[in-house]
Amino acid sequence: MFDFGIVTNWIHTQLTSVMPDGLAIFLECLMIGICLLLLYVIIAIIMIYMERKVCAAFQCRLGPTRVGPWGSIQVICDVFKMLTKEIITIRHSDKFLYNLAPYMVILASVMAFACIPISRGMEILDFNVGILFFMAASSIGIVGILLAGWSSNSKYSLIGAMRSGAQMISYELSVGLSILTIVVLTDTMQFSEIVMRQADGWFIFKGHIPAVIAFVIYLIAGNAEVNRGPFDLPEAESELTAGYHTEYSGMHFGLFYVAEFVNLFIISGIAATIFLGGWMPLHIPGWDGFNAVMDWIPGFIWFFAKAFFIVWLLMWIKWTFPRLRIDQILTLEWKYLVPIGLLNLLLMVIVVVFKLHF
Amino acid sequence: MENRIDMKEKIAAMKPSAVWSEAGDGMFRVPATSFRSLAEKLRHEEGFDFLRSLTGMDWGEEGLGCVYHLENTSTGENVVLAAIDPDRENAGIPSVHDLWKGADFNEREAYDFFGIKFLGHPDLRRLFLRDDWKGHPLRKDYDSSLNPLNMENEETSNDAPSYEMTKDGSYILKRHPLFEDQEYVINIGPQHPATHGVLRFLVSLEGETIKKIDVHSGYIHRGIEKLCESLTYPQTLGFTDRLDYLGAMQNRHALCACIEKAMGLEVSERIQCIRTIMDELQRIDSHLLFVSCLCQDMGALTVFFFGFRDREKVLDILEQTTGGRLIQTYNTIGGVQADIHPEFVKKVKEFIKYMRPKLNEYHEVFTGNVIARQRLIGTGVLSREDAISFGATGGTGRASGWACDVRKRHPYAMYGKVDFKEIVLHNGDCFDRYMVRMLEIEQSLNIIEQLIDNIPEGEWQMKVKPVIKLPEGSWYTAVEGSRGEFGVYIESRGDKSPYRMKFRSTGLPLVSCIDTISRNAKIADLIAIGGTLDYVVPDIDR
Amino acid sequence: MMKRNVNIKSMKYEDFNDNEYIEQMLKELRDNGTNVVVGCLDDVIEWGRSNSLWPLTFATSCCGIEFMAIGAARHDFARFGFEVARSSPRQADFIMVAGTITHKMAPVLKRLYDQMADPKYVIATGGCAISGGPFKKSYHVVDGVDKIIPVDVYIPGCPPRPEAMLYGLMQLQRKVKAQRFLGGLNKGISEKEYERLMREDTNKAEDYSEYDESGLA
Repeated sequence: MFDFGIVTNWIHTQLTSVMPDGLAIFLECLMIGICLLLLYVIIAIIMIYMERKVCAAFQCRLGPTRVGPWGSIQVICDVFKMLTKEIITIRHSDKFLYNLAPYMVILASVMAFACIPISRGMEILDFNVGILFFMAASSIGIVGILLAGWSSNSKYSLIGAMRSGAQMISYELSVGLSILTIVVLTDTMQFSEIVMRQADGWFIFKGHIPAVIAFVIYLIAGNAEVNRGPFDLPEAESELTAGYHTEYSGMHFGLFYVAEFVNLFIISGIAATIFLGGWMPLHIPGWDGFNAVMDWIPGFIWFFAKAFFIVWLLMWIKWTFPRLRIDQILTLEWKYLVPIGLLNLLLMVIVVVFKLHF
Repeated sequence: MENRIDMKEKIAAMKPSAVWSEAGDGMFRVPATSFRSLAEKLRHEEGFDFLRSLTGMDWGEEGLGCVYHLENTSTGENVVLAAIDPDRENAGIPSVHDLWKGADFNEREAYDFFGIKFLGHPDLRRLFLRDDWKGHPLRKDYDSSLNPLNMENEETSNDAPSYEMTKDGSYILKRHPLFEDQEYVINIGPQHPATHGVLRFLVSLEGETIKKIDVHSGYIHRGIEKLCESLTYPQTLGFTDRLDYLGAMQNRHALCACIEKAMGLEVSERIQCIRTIMDELQRIDSHLLFVSCLCQDMGALTVFFFGFRDREKVLDILEQTTGGRLIQTYNTIGGVQADIHPEFVKKVKEFIKYMRPKLNEYHEVFTGNVIARQRLIGTGVLSREDAISFGATGGTGRASGWACDVRKRHPYAMYGKVDFKEIVLHNGDCFDRYMVRMLEIEQSLNIIEQLIDNIPEGEWQMKVKPVIKLPEGSWYTAVEGSRGEFGVYIESRGDKSPYRMKFRSTGLPLVSCIDTISRNAKIADLIAIGGTLDYVVPDIDR
Repeated sequence: MMKRNVNIKSMKYEDFNDNEYIEQMLKELRDNGTNVVVGCLDDVIEWGRSNSLWPLTFATSCCGIEFMAIGAARHDFARFGFEVARSSPRQADFIMVAGTITHKMAPVLKRLYDQMADPKYVIATGGCAISGGPFKKSYHVVDGVDKIIPVDVYIPGCPPRPEAMLYGLMQLQRKVKAQRFLGGLNKGISEKEYERLMREDTNKAEDYSEYDESGLA
């Protein structure tokens, strides 16, 4: 399988041969940053387009068709529109926090996005406590949402923000627990290492029962974590008009909008990485010929296929299920998911201690 | 009005000052001073527990007053009372809001339109017009130049006035605050996706729990009743379609039937049959839209599109015959606008065959869904007594266990001759309100199925004089609209236009009970309750 | 640089009824001329904006149901990229006044319009919004929303068929395409005048400070 590290190493040697080390590293950081943001935007555009097409398919509609083939550049139009739209400042709002909030949300989203290993050798932030960093970075988003709700001086925004605070902090627990289940299985917190350990079978197969339970909990909690239906209470259209971003317009709203979709991708990407093997092809121990054929397919294709499969699954759920009520959301988390998650962790420990996994 | 003779004697014995007047349906005219005791007796001793309609009236020289249509839900007896106060400037009628809860909003409406002060009413604000509106528009002496378009934002006053009468005949005005200073009041509407139009709720919250709701309506009050007074009878027909646009056929059916009743015109079987089929098609259309909107409000967007997909099929059939999609303007006085399209029968049969299996799709996607059940079962419970007292008819009343279907209570058109079940459920919660409508779609399909092959031959438009004049008198006719009893009250003075025309709104009672049933619910429940009550705002505001 | 004719995909130019109006706008643009870079940038922005017009979910009566119908399966305005109906006026691009506007609603509608972010458009849908329709003589109906807010496109009908609404939306697309985003021509009033009005509006609105606290969205 192609190792992307060869390309990065080659660039590094080329740069160091013409300039001092410090400058080279600075330039590399700059390049990686630009690539990251570009990838982020491309993923956002693909996600928004996918959402519109997928929901149209579920609803016996066509979705965008007029701009470009099959309406494929529809989202580009939206981007131009958003960029040229007026950004309204609200009187009696806390202007500094009001303007800061969308950037907090997008910052958290970009930092979490940087953690995902896309292909062999193609991981941006990869260190031994990667999972811890991912959890920490993604929870900054809550602060942004709370700030947005608080500073816009609107009651709808405030209720939306409070709902979101209650919901996201609760569900972070379940996300953490289900990831922890896998950490117990792998005894590492490094994303690249987690992927490498799945060379002889993905964790959802290797960890069998507890891994499947953890996967389901992760999908539910992850869905709630990114405020997608049926957990989209913070921005419940029919209740709170637009929730915490009611008062935002133009690109500030665009940032929230983009972050929502990329967060969905991040959740799916992490699910794909820790349960479905990330960029690791499907390997079945013993079937060497089959494994070799699978290895011909590049890693990033494996990764994106898995991630978008989970995205599609979550979209399916969103467009079919009605929204929960706030007390039901909290009941689901604290009375069901957390206890099940804890028991499941225990189960996984037993599985690991007695070597019951494959 | 079968047992009117018995009641006539009883009331004459109860209150000698009540005068029977024969013209039209007939009614008892009672002076305002003795009205309250008669009403109490009728409510408590005779069991008239359902206030069908309350109509404010301006009788010119005779003074101002109200017409009350009462029904005893256990025996089906009907009685019509009129309370009159000859003092035009300071008309006061005792309030009956404690006897029939539905009177609350209706009295506010009558105060708004006529300036009648209801003594003892706890919250006599204007219901539809702005608080700073000058005069009372439905009075005959109203000067419309008093109120030019006012673009100032309306101040929401926080106190409710009430009037009491002293011994010497003057009024005392008292004011009660609606919300305390400490309460967290949020404003839902008038532009809000879940209010189904332009209704406005002021909701007092504690956390997410609702403590109190104050309903503000009138954002789409178009003054239809006043407009009707200056138009001829055929001209008034155009407005009914635009009242409750999801019950266009039934509304117009009610008005035509009322005028026909007053004219003494009997329409042919063919017309009756066509009207019945059209009413039921319209009901299916409306219930499909109800399901769609409920699901949209609750976040299950896919079902919204399913509903609209199937609704288009109904609209196609309607359009082929009537030429209109939403507003058909099909019924006329003494018939229908045009004969049914040659393909009508075939299309309807195809639709019935198409629709039955599709209903299962809704049940699979939404009815059986765990989240939907969790959210609907047990929320917003309306008891049977409250439903009757508020006059919440239609699917809402039937979900509370009140068999209030006008098609069964006072059969009209072909409904006496077809076999269908009146769906009555007993929990009164949101889920039952939803299920009633789903099951009613099946019943409507049954009715259409029975009639579609047997549309009798005959004329589709009776011979009617070019200028229609009604004799003196007053008439009330009700039909089962898509969302409850839709009634038309006409008072005629022998002219070619009505002296007073009142539409019994199907939505107003539904909205008036929203405060009662959503207390201690969550905001999200308010959306589900509003969705399942299924009101149409232009129908409330008229 | 010449501003090109506006075209709508799979619609012939002649199929539209009131081309004179668009031609007038284009002529104005051509007469003034513009620099190539600005013109190209303008074209791209207009292309983007015209294909991404998000409506405000706003409906008062009958026309609102037809507005829902164009969003639904058969007519599906998602094809044009209009489907992202926003409930918050801050995020919407145009307001479709679907239904009668009454005296009580008029200040609310004005306020909604003011809350929207520029550039914003108004479509008057149906007889009631255009002129008061059947309720013109009523004591409580505004005869035409253009008395309150500037209207860009009128869609007649009672209620208009969904096809008519789509046609109206395409007309709005054409109008957006024939506008100039940079430079502010075609705006009706000059840039300075606009600024002055905005400032005046802001100062006046300060007096209603307590209103903002009431949370009216």
